[in-house]
Amino acid sequence: MDFGTGPSSTNTEAGSYKRIEGVGGNFSVLIVDDDPIIRRIHRVMLNKFGLVTHVVENGKEAVDLFRSDTCFDMVLMDMEMPIMDGPKATQELRAMGVNSMIVGVTSRGLESEKQSFMGAGLNRCHEKPLTTDIVTSLIQELIKHY
Amino acid sequence: MPASNADTDVEIMNSFTQPSLNSCHISSAMERNQLHRQLANMRKSLFDQGFLDEQFIQLEELQDDANPNFVEEVVTLYYRDSTRLILNIEQALDKSPLDLTKLDSLMHQFKGSSSSIGAKKVKLECTQFKEYCKAANGEGCKRTFLQVKKEYGTLKKKLEAYFQMARQVGPVETACRPK
Repeated sequence: MDFGTGPSSTNTEAGSYKRIEGVGGNFSVLIVDDDPIIRRIHRVMLNKFGLVTHVVENGKEAVDLFRSDTCFDMVLMDMEMPIMDGPKATQELRAMGVNSMIVGVTSRGLESEKQSFMGAGLNRCHEKPLTTDIVTSLIQELIKHY
Repeated sequence: MPASNADTDVEIMNSFTQPSLNSCHISSAMERNQLHRQLANMRKSLFDQGFLDEQFIQLEELQDDANPNFVEEVVTLYYRDSTRLILNIEQALDKSPLDLTKLDSLMHQFKGSSSSIGAKKVKLECTQFKEYCKAANGEGCKRTFLQVKKEYGTLKKKLEAYFQMARQVGPVETACRPK
């Protein structure tokens, strides 16, 4: 898997963006998924690791958040969503200059489908729901970015 | 998960040596122990009979003081959300000719949700359904969907009974917690 480089922040004018940050500087994660069960599971799992989470239901809501100068350290991006799917939202975020870690999550098991999603600009791609082992490795990756 | 049977047996034995305890406390402790065992056996059979898989355990591991009813909440959410999906699949199966692409997509969503709670048998039937979609076998899809609904309903009944028992065990334990 390719890993992104660069800081986890949007390339907007200096000081003009609002970084979602928890008490003590915990990493922030945007969960983008149309499945309410996955949103709930991932939110609770990430909160247990001390991550600050925010949830939206589709790619457009995610893009709109970043456009409003709100950024997150990591984005968990579902592949198939109504209104705007994961690949499209990922492409838009990268085109905006978003360098946050974007992790694709999909219930599609085929390697070709994951690779196609990766091509949109993901740092990593995993099957959902995520396991605690995978979340641990994602946090380690986030720490490396900082 | 409840403490080992050995621990609870020791607790019961110790209760005999404390003069301040009466037969009501001993009886409650033994009843509590029996309920714990029943709950553990119910849980074990759900896995042994293939109704649940490892993902359910992942959910259990997320349950804590901050989210004390997390597993039941997620399962409730699943059954509430999947009602809509099942209805959509039924409506799609009533159409002629069948839109197999749409059916596959709907079932993919349902399979994903079922996987999230560890609904192993439901997931297997969903996979079979998707195979029939790929093979353009409409009759196979319709037959398998009956199986999907059957497993879905069976699991629902079993989980309702399990959570009801878990709720019964919970308050009893709290009420009789030793000082």
